[in-house]
Amino acid sequence: MPSTNTSAQAPSGLPILSIEGLEKVFPSADGDVHALENINLEVRKGEFVCLLGASGCGKSTLLRIVGGFENPSDGSAKIYGTPIESPGPDRGVVFQDYALFPWLTVAENISFGPKHRGLAKSEIKETSQKYMQMVGLTQFAGKYPNTLSGGMKQRVAIARVLANDAEILLMDEPFAALDALTRAKLQEELLEIWERTNLTVIFVTHSVEEAVILSDRIVVMGAGPGHIESDISLNLPRPRDPSSIEFNDLRRDVSNQLRRHIAAAPKVRDAIDA
Amino acid sequence: MEGGPWGHLPDTFDCFLALCSRVDQNRLIPVPYEVAVMMWDFAFGGIYDDAFSASLLTHFWVSIQRVYGGFLLAVITAVPLGLMIGRFALLRVMLDPTLSLLRPVPVTAWLPLSMIFFGLGPKSAIFLVFLGAFYPILLNTVFGVRSVDNKLFEAAAMLGCKGSQLFRSVVIPAATPQIFNGLRLGLGFAWILIVVGEMTGVPEGLGAVIMDGRTLSRTDLVITGMIIIGITGFLSDRLIVLLNNRLLRWSPQHHA
Repeated sequence: MPSTNTSAQAPSGLPILSIEGLEKVFPSADGDVHALENINLEVRKGEFVCLLGASGCGKSTLLRIVGGFENPSDGSAKIYGTPIESPGPDRGVVFQDYALFPWLTVAENISFGPKHRGLAKSEIKETSQKYMQMVGLTQFAGKYPNTLSGGMKQRVAIARVLANDAEILLMDEPFAALDALTRAKLQEELLEIWERTNLTVIFVTHSVEEAVILSDRIVVMGAGPGHIESDISLNLPRPRDPSSIEFNDLRRDVSNQLRRHIAAAPKVRDAIDA
Repeated sequence: MEGGPWGHLPDTFDCFLALCSRVDQNRLIPVPYEVAVMMWDFAFGGIYDDAFSASLLTHFWVSIQRVYGGFLLAVITAVPLGLMIGRFALLRVMLDPTLSLLRPVPVTAWLPLSMIFFGLGPKSAIFLVFLGAFYPILLNTVFGVRSVDNKLFEAAAMLGCKGSQLFRSVVIPAATPQIFNGLRLGLGFAWILIVVGEMTGVPEGLGAVIMDGRTLSRTDLVITGMIIIGITGFLSDRLIVLLNNRLLRWSPQHHA
């Protein structure tokens, strides 16, 4: 099973995620849609990688392939050398719209994964309490999701995959629906958790600022069909101050790159000229 | 019946009855007082001392058994079938034509056939109740399963929940609001159909009492039967609503 945890035995040299020559085509009645073209990407354990791009560049599709929800049309996506075939607990997905189970309380949502892996009752309780505490929701243990704010729901969603021993966190614009203050708070908390747990994070966003605040590496994607434009390493020390000169230089740099790619797409340029 | 949304219902019914009895010159529609006397006699006896005196409990009990017998039969067939049809496209393709063709046939049209199948008796009544409750429960269950947000299946899959576990952990809880919709509708139909079902020549039951009242031109008895079915149907609906609100604590919008 490709979805089981194999990290302990994994050779240290192997990247946790390797994507080679990946193509994705969605067949449709009025012509196939070429969503991704020749994607090559390697992610090392513990990296925080942002996939940055405008809508329709295929960044979410790429994340869904890594999540195991879609299969590549060609090429391969591998975790420690094993091809990804289906979703699995080693890859925890955090969705933009939370996707919590509304009929389960906060504690039960977090226990969902451990319960289905067949852990002992005491172990499940211990795990859920540990991660509830990590995201600061202990006092909301018995609440149902519909009584929580967006930020709290997303904290539950993060705790839910952490409680399941996820090694890679796949986050699909997780903070896009939150207000600016909550978003900043959650970004800070996510970084804290990441630093504490040695997780690997692949984070999809269309916000340059968010990408620069969070990541070690920004993979800029372009559309038509989706492809990787550039791969930028960030060497800014943490915690990062969004008002500092270095931060703004970097943000401008990434912004310019992104804008150049968008401008280079012929259809968009024509639309602007017209 | 003080206050609440139903506080004025009996008054309204009384007024309607009083009005009817005034319009009706032949005095076939009794005044409310006569109905009250009939109800008392039906429940406790001591006034008319005829075949219907103090027989309420007997009729009530057999009707309850038939309604809940048919209803429970519908629940244990329609809910599992609905879960399967909702989840498996192949089953849907196979069963949908048959089910869709049978659905528009009014349950009353089954009456002659059910009397041939099950004879003149309680089995026939239970069958009709079952038929009436079956479709609302089935269709609502199918709808409930099909409208489960696909994101929840993806979330469950990435947390390690697979195959038949999905039924217990995702499909059933997510479809519960719609299933309960179906149960409420189904039980409502069950009470409607008990009268039809007991027209098949059974000696006991609230439907049979109404038929007897009709044959004997005793409208006070007919109205008494109607009132008792109305109240019982209402109370059994409240019972389902109570269960609904308890099971759906997580979703106040589905509370009735």
